Amino acid sequence: MLEVKNLSVSIGDREILKDLNLTVADGEVAAIMGPNGSGKSTLSYVIAGKPDYEVTSGEVLLDGENVLDLSPDERAAKGLFLAFQYPVEIPGVTTMTFLKATLNAIRRQRGEPELSIPDFMKRVNASAAKLDIKSDLLKRAVNVGFSGGEKKRMDIFQMAFLEPRFAILDETDSGLDIDALRIVADGVNALRTKTRSFLVITHYQRLLEYIVPDKVHVMAGGRIVRSGGKELALELEKNGYRDYVEAEVA
Amino acid sequence: MSIQIIPTATAAENALADAFREAKASLPGTASVAEQRAQAFEAFARAGLPNRRIEAWHYTDLRNLMRRALPLAPIPSQAQIAKLSAEALKLPSPRLVLVDGVFAPELSGPLPAGVTVTSLAAALAQGEPALIEGLAAAWAEADDAMVSLNAALMQDGLVIDVAPGTTLEAPLHIVYATVASEPAARFSRSLVRVGTGATFRLNEMSLGQGGRVGQTNNVLIFEVGDDANVAHSLSLTGTEPASLRLETFLVKIGAKAQFDSFALITGAGLVRRQIYKLFNGADAKASLRGVSLLRGREHADTTLFVRHAATGCEGRQNFRYILDDEAVGVFQGKIVVDRIAQKTDGRMLAKALVLSDEATMNSRPELEIFADDVACGHGATIGGLSEDQLFYLQSRGLPANEAEALLLEAFAAELVDEIGDEDLIAAYRADVAAWLAGRAGA
Repeated sequence: MLEVKNLSVSIGDREILKDLNLTVADGEVAAIMGPNGSGKSTLSYVIAGKPDYEVTSGEVLLDGENVLDLSPDERAAKGLFLAFQYPVEIPGVTTMTFLKATLNAIRRQRGEPELSIPDFMKRVNASAAKLDIKSDLLKRAVNVGFSGGEKKRMDIFQMAFLEPRFAILDETDSGLDIDALRIVADGVNALRTKTRSFLVITHYQRLLEYIVPDKVHVMAGGRIVRSGGKELALELEKNGYRDYVEAEVA
Repeated sequence: MSIQIIPTATAAENALADAFREAKASLPGTASVAEQRAQAFEAFARAGLPNRRIEAWHYTDLRNLMRRALPLAPIPSQAQIAKLSAEALKLPSPRLVLVDGVFAPELSGPLPAGVTVTSLAAALAQGEPALIEGLAAAWAEADDAMVSLNAALMQDGLVIDVAPGTTLEAPLHIVYATVASEPAARFSRSLVRVGTGATFRLNEMSLGQGGRVGQTNNVLIFEVGDDANVAHSLSLTGTEPASLRLETFLVKIGAKAQFDSFALITGAGLVRRQIYKLFNGADAKASLRGVSLLRGREHADTTLFVRHAATGCEGRQNFRYILDDEAVGVFQGKIVVDRIAQKTDGRMLAKALVLSDEATMNSRPELEIFADDVACGHGATIGGLSEDQLFYLQSRGLPANEAEALLLEAFAAELVDEIGDEDLIAAYRADVAAWLAGRAGA
């Protein structure tokens, strides 16, 4: 279970998250929707441990442990995963080398032995098949020369491969055409279990037709301003975020 | 009244003058070679050691950095050469071994068909006019004091001829071995003539330099015939911090030829690589790449002079540096496009990763274009590792130091992977990994 408690975060003098509270239960898919600039991406980066942010108060508890004290790689070893809004290109490192390095690093941190090459290959191939990733893509440098959609698909492929405990999908739908969206959503849905949770951050309701959430939270002005079931997404689609933005300004 | 200021010769310059005076009678060559040596030394003496006022040496002030000149390395004895034979057997072949700059045929071989090799000393003693003229033209074209010094003091080297139409599968290796027990200076000059339509790969490497302080001044001249396809690589690794290594590379590229060169510089005290690349036949393609990995107080300078004197040639220059501690990196690249060299496509890029506040990178790319229908560009970046890349790798589970090592290795390996020969790629990647492993403890 992930609990965000009274989280306030700044960059420089600007406060972006303001006393934010959020709980995601085991096995739950929670969606966060909100207008641009509401702090959605900041929340995902802070949970994953990006160093640019200053946490002025609050906690992020994963199974009761405050992950804010951990480095990003330690958080990954605890089972946190962030699918990036803009996956990063790593020239000179093939995806295969990258996957091997990350998995072995995580296993070392957990005190598990490194995977044998046949077991590693089996795991790569299984995840690649789920996300319709061709093997020649794995021999190329990570995300280099990939289209926006391919990058997103590679990130979800990495998620399937690393089998995290808690995954955050930051605007995964942006830049995806309808076929890619379906592949990505199928990949995510296949990973849904009673113990694995997801936080799906999106601007549009479209993604939630494919990844049906258990809960929808509306974020505005650095806070969760409303929470409800999946029907809340439809309401937002119809009325937009205007009410929330106006409420915030007032 | 005018006052002329004549700078006093430095201790190193005086020692070089003494060395030339003492050695000139015993240096190989006919009377006309001896005359050329004398002229070359005069040219050096007039100019003196290059200093920061010489534009091409602005960032590597040799007059200041070279405090002393070491004595010339003695000719290695048969016994010294024989001692290397066990080690030589482990080296890749076919190979040509130079011991303290002197060709050692007993450690070399087997020569592939289509390739003939003589020692430079033997060629100078025979006085082959075309060869002597070629060598003289080379130092005159370079117009560089240290190339002149090499022309005066060259002890030995190789003359390699690759017959027209020859295709070699395996690379030919030149191995520089060192046996002199005292710190010594070595001057070698080699000439490689690749005939029309030949396919040839040359790799230069060092053996047993560790623990020995030396001053090396090597000149390698490549004449690439029309339609030839030539690849070259150089591993410049593992000299003592007090060592000095000057490598001059002169390349002339014929029409429709392809030329590709890569160099790795690691663990070397003071290195200056200067490359003169001349396109003198139409529609040739040539690429120069290099990676310098520097730490401590190492200083590595790569200076390029690329001249397009023919139409439709494509030139690629791509150099990378990783600088740690107090290391100094220098990149200077000048591309000149002659008026007749229309349709030139020339590009130059230098990237440096600076890992320490005390490290310095000096980068100076230049273009001089006299033709009006060309596509030329250059770029230079100096910075640290990307925070975004580091965070991406860390968020996937890699600890910060492993993420950093992976990015550094990738930065260097990107150029290594373009060498085009699997065995050489593996060997150069191993050198990069060894350098990074040395960094992990820091």
